[in-house]
Amino acid sequence: MSAPLIEMRGITKSFGAVKANEAVDLSVAPGEILGLLGENGAGKTTLMNVLFGAYAPDAGDLLVEGKPVAIHNSADALAAGIGMVHQHFHLAPRLTVLENLLIGIPGKSGRIDRAGGLARLKEIGRRHGLSLDPDLPVSALSVGEQQRLEIIKALFRGARLLILDEPTAVLAPSEVDGLFAALRSMAAQGLGIIFISHKLNEVRALTHRCVVLRHGKVAGRVDHPAETTSAEMAKLMCGHEIVPPTKEASTPGASVLTLDGISTSGHAGMPLREVSLFVRAGEILGIAGVSGNGQRALADVISGMLSPSAGAMTIAGKKVAQFSPRELQALGLGRIPEDRMTTGLVTNLPLADSMVLPRIGIEAFSRKGLLNPAAIRAFTEAQIKAFDIRCPGPMVRAGALSGGNLQKALLARELAFDPKVLIVSQPTRGLDIGAARFIHEKFLDMRGKGCGIVVISEDLEELLMLSDRIAVMYEGRIVGTLSGADATVARLGLMMTGAEGHA
Amino acid sequence: MFRLEARTSTPAWFNLALPLLAIAVALILCSGLIAIAGAGVAEAYGVMLSASLGDSYAITETLVRAAPMIFTGLAVAIAFRARFWNIGAEGQLLAGAVASCAVGAIPMPGYLAMLLMALVGAAAGAIVALVPATLRVKFKVDDVVSSLLLNSVIYYALMALIEGPWKDTFSGYPISPPIEDSANFPVLIEGTRLHIGVVVALIAAPLIWFLIARTTLGFRIRVTGENPEAARYGGINVQRVLLSTALLSGALAGLAGVGEVGGVHFQVMSDISPGYGYSGIVVAMLARLNPLGAVPAALFLAAVMTGAEAMSRATGVPAFLSDVIQGTALLAMLVALLFTAYRIRRVGASA
Amino acid sequence: MSAVFEQIFQVGFLAAIIRIATPLAFATLGEMFSERAGVLNLGIEGIMLLSAMAGFTAASLSGSLWLGVLVAVLVGALMGALHALFTVALGLSQHVCGIGVTLFSSGLAYFLYRLIFGQQSVPPSIDGFKPVPIPLLSDIPVLGPAVFNQFTLVYLAIVAIPLAAFVLYRTPWGLSVRMVGENPRAADSAGVGVIATRFQAVMLGGALMGLAGAFLTMAQFNAFTFGVVSGRGWVAIALVVFGRWDPWRSAGAALLFAFVDALQLRMQASGLGHIPYEAFLMLPFIFTIIAMAIMSRNAVAPSALLKPFRREER
Repeated sequence: MSAPLIEMRGITKSFGAVKANEAVDLSVAPGEILGLLGENGAGKTTLMNVLFGAYAPDAGDLLVEGKPVAIHNSADALAAGIGMVHQHFHLAPRLTVLENLLIGIPGKSGRIDRAGGLARLKEIGRRHGLSLDPDLPVSALSVGEQQRLEIIKALFRGARLLILDEPTAVLAPSEVDGLFAALRSMAAQGLGIIFISHKLNEVRALTHRCVVLRHGKVAGRVDHPAETTSAEMAKLMCGHEIVPPTKEASTPGASVLTLDGISTSGHAGMPLREVSLFVRAGEILGIAGVSGNGQRALADVISGMLSPSAGAMTIAGKKVAQFSPRELQALGLGRIPEDRMTTGLVTNLPLADSMVLPRIGIEAFSRKGLLNPAAIRAFTEAQIKAFDIRCPGPMVRAGALSGGNLQKALLARELAFDPKVLIVSQPTRGLDIGAARFIHEKFLDMRGKGCGIVVISEDLEELLMLSDRIAVMYEGRIVGTLSGADATVARLGLMMTGAEGHA
Repeated sequence: MFRLEARTSTPAWFNLALPLLAIAVALILCSGLIAIAGAGVAEAYGVMLSASLGDSYAITETLVRAAPMIFTGLAVAIAFRARFWNIGAEGQLLAGAVASCAVGAIPMPGYLAMLLMALVGAAAGAIVALVPATLRVKFKVDDVVSSLLLNSVIYYALMALIEGPWKDTFSGYPISPPIEDSANFPVLIEGTRLHIGVVVALIAAPLIWFLIARTTLGFRIRVTGENPEAARYGGINVQRVLLSTALLSGALAGLAGVGEVGGVHFQVMSDISPGYGYSGIVVAMLARLNPLGAVPAALFLAAVMTGAEAMSRATGVPAFLSDVIQGTALLAMLVALLFTAYRIRRVGASA
Repeated sequence: MSAVFEQIFQVGFLAAIIRIATPLAFATLGEMFSERAGVLNLGIEGIMLLSAMAGFTAASLSGSLWLGVLVAVLVGALMGALHALFTVALGLSQHVCGIGVTLFSSGLAYFLYRLIFGQQSVPPSIDGFKPVPIPLLSDIPVLGPAVFNQFTLVYLAIVAIPLAAFVLYRTPWGLSVRMVGENPRAADSAGVGVIATRFQAVMLGGALMGLAGAFLTMAQFNAFTFGVVSGRGWVAIALVVFGRWDPWRSAGAALLFAFVDALQLRMQASGLGHIPYEAFLMLPFIFTIIAMAIMSRNAVAPSALLKPFRREER
């Protein structure tokens, strides 16, 4: 192989006492697709931020085509030929495709160089088969198209090394194939690509070589990913064999949550179209689907944040008259929101405030409009103990807790009231393996105690492990429901593109 | 190299230290203006201090001035807690003054008149504050802009009143008819202007503190302000909380106007408020939105205002220095607040 | 009633609208630039006042009106830089900092004015700008005398509108301004200096606010009074919303407001009944509030407005 396009030598970066990267070596050759694999918090993002200039490394060298370079900011990185497609797109939705491409590019005689931009866009379309309407506002693009724009943007700036951070998380399986084809063709033309993921099958399918990070260090290198088993790679990622929590057989009881022909309107995102489903006591119903196919509206309706325009819902046999969090809680619903930091907690206030927030009006916490601070504190302390929430105490700022502890806190505040039904969205997104495992065990616990649980998740492995039945959403509809035993990634993947499934 | 680093908690003594630091910085910066004006800095500040806090009469005058700013400070603090950006305390104060003046001019037993003045004045302020809150809730109108514009509307309405129907036909001056003598607030110390309204203001501060810290409404206000989305998810009717906050905030600002009419001026004129509504913002920020802190913060501003007039007479430095001090103190406080969220850390120079 | 109407819509009416609209157009464009970059500048009222005072003072002491304009513009840009220092560099609350800047600048304006000119029964005045008729164009009936026989600053405002649109929509810098106001992270990853761009936009905005102030004391009133701005800054903020953060629409909003203001001035002069003139002064403000209520539902502010940008460091 030719000289490496980019080489990182002995990169170390700490945040306070935490070493996010320690002595990491990594190199990418022209035409090579390198997989960067690791659990959440293994240091993948930090490493790439060092490469892209967002963080200065504490130690280590960066070499571009054999020459040492210093990258202090994104401008330096772009100049060195490094382009990055972030997990959260860096686009301005109200500006056009072309404007998003031309940002930061010097103009021609004081004006934006529109003609030059169009020519360059055309050339990229010709060379890599990537094209978009230049005058469309970004808000009119689908998620996949926005990702294409991000890739075009990097190429537009002359990137020779492309970093993609978890690019498939937002894509449907068919779109993933298209992305992979484009990446392969770019590599064939001599570009280097770093593909960050924690999905083993994708890394095995796409990459030429892969580096596995664990606790900030290189845990292993795989030279022929396609010929290595997922189990071996998983072991490198976690440091041990993964044993899924044991799921005991359970006999579901009567239905505790029923949706009958629920439709919604006036909601940002995909509305629901005549969604009917049920969950029985002691049963976990998984909801699968590509992001943006109505999962959010479903979660909002079930948790009382959105009134449906048609249809009916019953909780524990009682018809829901008014869709409000308080009403549904009173019927025995527990809720855990998708976004812990923005919807779940009040980060600037003490943890205790967040713990009692949904039920501040009940007699345990207040009487005649007056708070009972002692009871609130005692409740929080009890939950901290019961769920092993690591924090200095109930009065600590909620925002100071780690993601896993926040999720435990949110779970604790619901489970303390023995819900008959629990609705959770993306329960383990962004959590490390230990915390995710704790959350999963709690769900199975609750299931054993007769609670009906709806788990909305984009993580198919998670759904397959937990669910007794899995319903698949596509364009606001439920296209089919599989029993846990029948469900496979392949079948679910097919249904996620809208193909009808069979119960 | 220095770097800002996020703090997880703030030591309690910051609540006292930061405003004091901000005030010190403001006074130091403004001493430059005194020097430009050709006066001795020590002399000028000395006059200010003795005229505002030097003897018991001066102290009562400072208290009388502080009272409306305690009210507007509380009004702003409670509004900002809910992130209802009520910059309209000035207009709400004027509305309270006009309404209470109208009631106070009706002959009736004194205690009844005072009670009604307070109620009607508070209601007038509340109604005015309800306008920007409603516009925000129903029409998504930015509350800052609407409450600011409303200040102008109320001011011109007041002017139209005292230039029109309320104009003193005898002197031709644009001042309203005085309220009944019996409606004048009782003076606590003979020979001073220390009226009962000052005491009410001093009691209001702990009451509002209790409301915010210890009641479910206060809890809802705090949570709504910090994170409306989490509040909504938690079953709080965010719009209703905003409207309730607006009513409370406006009522407090209205009471500031009631005190000025019932205890100080006994009528309404164009300059009944030298910007007490805007000073309320300074008070609230110096107090870090803590109602208890509104009292010392308002006392400080009152002392500066009272002192500045005496200083102006003695040294010729324009009394507008007090406005500059207020603005500077607010800005200094905002910078000082950075220390609550961040600590400055020295990081080893490695580059 | 028709007599009243005739009196209202007499010849000078159009000219009055243009004159009233000029400072508003400057101020609105200034606020627009600032907000397009993601920075609400509530300091506008104070910045206009301080610039008005500084420009007036410079003109009055030096005898040069254009030096006065220059001083007003510089003071405006300087105060813009102050606001940017707090809100952009330090990332403090834009709401409260803006109020702080207004309180500070107003206080300083009053203080310095009193210090320099002392207390006088009649406020000192200057010989302000005179209308400069544009040859040929000023001979057009009706439109000519109203639009083309105006102060140079009026012409400057008329030129400033397309210029602002050009800068915002057609230049790389304008694109950067729009990008840092929509998604600063995107601008940052494209190598655009977010802090620098925002600073520049807020300072340019301040300079335009300074021009607005200069017009008030050197063309419209030829004197500085404490009420010389009297809420025009706040109105400009509303006009930016009304104009949907677009230079053309914002200027149109300024014209519309000026129309209402000119109308109420005519109504005052026409002596409708015995209504005190202050009752008419309320009208433009009420009009603005109603206009905002109608427009705000569909108005989409720049996405990053009010949001400070800080590179994430853990």
